[in-house]
Amino acid sequence: MGELDLGPVWLSVQLATVTVVVLLVVGTPLAWWLAFTRLRARALVEALVALPLVLPPTVLGFYLLILLGPAGPIGRFWVQITDTTLTFSFSGLVIASVLYSLPFTVQPLQNAFEAMGNGPLETAATLRASPLDAFFSVASPIAMRAYISAVVLSFAHTLGEFGAVLMVGGNIPGTTKVISIAIYEHVETLNYAQAHTLSAGLLAFSFITLLGVYIINRRNLLNRAP
Amino acid sequence: MTNLTLTVKFKKGDFSLFVEENIPLENVTALFGESGSGKTTLLRIIAGLEKKAWGKVALGKACWQNNETKIFLPPHKRSVGYVFQDNRLFNHLNVEGNLRFGHNRSEVKNRVRFEDVVDALDLSDLLLRTPHSLSGGEKQLVSIGRALLSSPELLLMDEPLSALDAKRKAEVIPYIEQLPSNFSIPVLYVTHNLEEVTRLAPNMLLLSEGKIAGKGKVENLLERIDLWSVTGRLAAGSVLNAKVKTHLLDWGATVLTVADHELRIPAINASPGTLVRLRVQAKDVALATQKPVGLSIRNILSAQILSIDIEEDVFAEVLLDIGGTNLRARVTREAIDDLKLTTGRKVYALIKSVVFEGQLFAK
Repeated sequence: MGELDLGPVWLSVQLATVTVVVLLVVGTPLAWWLAFTRLRARALVEALVALPLVLPPTVLGFYLLILLGPAGPIGRFWVQITDTTLTFSFSGLVIASVLYSLPFTVQPLQNAFEAMGNGPLETAATLRASPLDAFFSVASPIAMRAYISAVVLSFAHTLGEFGAVLMVGGNIPGTTKVISIAIYEHVETLNYAQAHTLSAGLLAFSFITLLGVYIINRRNLLNRAP
Repeated sequence: MTNLTLTVKFKKGDFSLFVEENIPLENVTALFGESGSGKTTLLRIIAGLEKKAWGKVALGKACWQNNETKIFLPPHKRSVGYVFQDNRLFNHLNVEGNLRFGHNRSEVKNRVRFEDVVDALDLSDLLLRTPHSLSGGEKQLVSIGRALLSSPELLLMDEPLSALDAKRKAEVIPYIEQLPSNFSIPVLYVTHNLEEVTRLAPNMLLLSEGKIAGKGKVENLLERIDLWSVTGRLAAGSVLNAKVKTHLLDWGATVLTVADHELRIPAINASPGTLVRLRVQAKDVALATQKPVGLSIRNILSAQILSIDIEEDVFAEVLLDIGGTNLRARVTREAIDDLKLTTGRKVYALIKSVVFEGQLFAK
């Protein structure tokens, strides 16, 4: 029953931040492709992206453990180039979190790009904007609300993950021991007071975040009315 | 004067388009046709928005597309402005942001100056407004200004007035009319509205089922019977070039001179000497063999019959010469027979003033 250790909180915030940044870089082109492609493969990719929504996190974690472990194809490659293992490391956690929160980034962005359609991009093109320019000056501002939703939801979702990180990362203080795992450990050791503090904090944070997202969405809806 | 040279093929589902044309670009050229004739598709091909279009597109010496040499300039590299039917303003930017969007990206900023466009289109009071807060007419003006400010060598306008009611239309059209002279940018103007064609364009192209059915001066094209399936039989008629002679303030009328004749129309706001063009539909012209007396119709024009085209059903089309200018009348076959109308005969053409009500005249 020592003092409250804030290490897991800090680690969770770091993990969520890095995850969100990676998700934006990876998720944007993926969402763009899904929104505009006419290939049949689209349905396949959509299903893959949505998998983490329905899959038990332990299943995702299990396969990642195999893939990322030193004997797995990705893990072996990682050991060769960095001389460290991916499993039970912060990098491994980031990979697991990115996959785990992928739908929370891709789906809102894809919906926003689909709703926007080709019109604004064509218009920008006739006004001398290159495709990349049009993406940053027209598409991104139009999808700004979706970006806020994607960032907030992915961040909160990453903070809340448990199964996948436990499988891939284990419970190493300062490296892989995030909030949810700390809570689990506190409960296991019957340290309910600290479990309460962390749980209540996460609960309050998640609720306030979601409330914020819904308020922003509602306000934008009202603004858009003629 | 620049030429737009097109040899383009395009297929989408059941629709196919083939246009091989060298279009001299001067002032406003109307691209006229029914909906589904391919007008918008042709504009989109010119702008580079239809990547699957095959062929050649060149403006003057600048080749924008040539499949044989595998050239396809993307839309943002073509010096073309595009005014969309539904204005497509950027809602995340205010009016000034919209106007400056293309201007900032244009390599030849100085050809069209920001202040000139704002002045010409009366946009100075709108600059800080959001697109949401604008009326339909204002939105379309901003959209026209935005396209102009990208300093294009060719301005494509796709039915810019079709989404507006009559009142807004009348507000916007004078601005469009001034564009070619104010900014020396030729306009290709898509429409299926003949009033707009007569008002704005000296020359036109008729598009029907993806092919050019005719081209030339508006007044000549609208008279050609063989094109009436395209121009619309009932809408067909003649275009008269007239000059404002005087206003009859007491009667709320304006007197125009056409060839040697005077024509009374509901008063228009134009000073004497102004040239105007008006369209007379064939169905609005009646014929008499003697000069009628005791008749309410004010416009009685002496004329000579040039040709009579008897149709299968009830009507006949009569082509008249009213002193160097042609006029078409659509009367029944029975009337032709009864009045013994033949080619060369002198007659009187009667036009009620009211048929000119609400036409879009010059300022």
